[in-house]
Amino acid sequence: MIDLLVALLAAFAVWTGWRVFRVDSMVRASFSLMLSFIAVGGIGVLLSAPYIGVATVFMMAVEMMVMAIFMVMFMMNPAGLNPMSMVHQHRFSIGAGIVAAVALGAAVLLSPLPSDPVLSETDVVADLGHELLGPSMLIFETAGVTLLATMVGAVILSSRQGRYGDSDEGSRPPGLTPDGDPAGRQPEEGGGHDHHGGHG
Amino acid sequence: MTLTIVLLGAAALIGIGLYGALSQQSFVMLMMGLELMLNGALLAIIGFWSLALGGMPQGQLLAIIIMAVMAVEMSIGFALIVAVYRKRQADMTESIGTLKQ
Repeated sequence: MIDLLVALLAAFAVWTGWRVFRVDSMVRASFSLMLSFIAVGGIGVLLSAPYIGVATVFMMAVEMMVMAIFMVMFMMNPAGLNPMSMVHQHRFSIGAGIVAAVALGAAVLLSPLPSDPVLSETDVVADLGHELLGPSMLIFETAGVTLLATMVGAVILSSRQGRYGDSDEGSRPPGLTPDGDPAGRQPEEGGGHDHHGGHG
Repeated sequence: MTLTIVLLGAAALIGIGLYGALSQQSFVMLMMGLELMLNGALLAIIGFWSLALGGMPQGQLLAIIIMAVMAVEMSIGFALIVAVYRKRQADMTESIGTLKQ
């Protein structure tokens, strides 16, 4: 029974993951990805990892809402009314994806997998808590500091300008050839960035 | 048997994610590919922890680390997208081709 449910959820996760790159609207793609994550969370709950499973569902529900907002900001095909296909190096990508999936699948099928399931009387959530605040506390704290650094980095990267104005004001990228034109696209003159303020 | 199913699903998710990360032109869609690969990793870790490690708590810790990696990837990724868009008005990989030089 558990086997069947897990297989169904895994198939659902793979199918919705595939739909991410097949739907015509980027918002639909982000909700499709959310369904894929929720299916993985469901597998976690079924496989006696309730904390991980539920945390995945909660985190992904919020994360994909944020992602949907970004999708609307950078959407190429509003409302998904037209077919959307924004791909490059398509054949190579298909080949790489198939090779990766087949190679990993072959490794799974060909290697002898250990079998040591969690005993049903194990108190897995309490075990995790003791591990987090016990022997693995350093790892846990490192993850926390990393997340703090991420917050600082994200704010700095996405802020409009530094305290003393634009960071690259008056700067000139080095030329591609000696004494050649500067690399990179030239910024537009006349404050062309200002009318994009609504995106901030 | 369950472990095989779970790991095959994880392998398929990683393959699809790799396809997306390599093929999509839009930065946001590219990041969905990366997220999908992490999703596959998370699925594989849950499967291994539950069915092959006998409930070692370090396995769950690894899953939590994957979630932290997801959060870092998503926030820094979107901050970079916004920064590139501000500087170059670019939301596609082709628009910043001079990085190749």
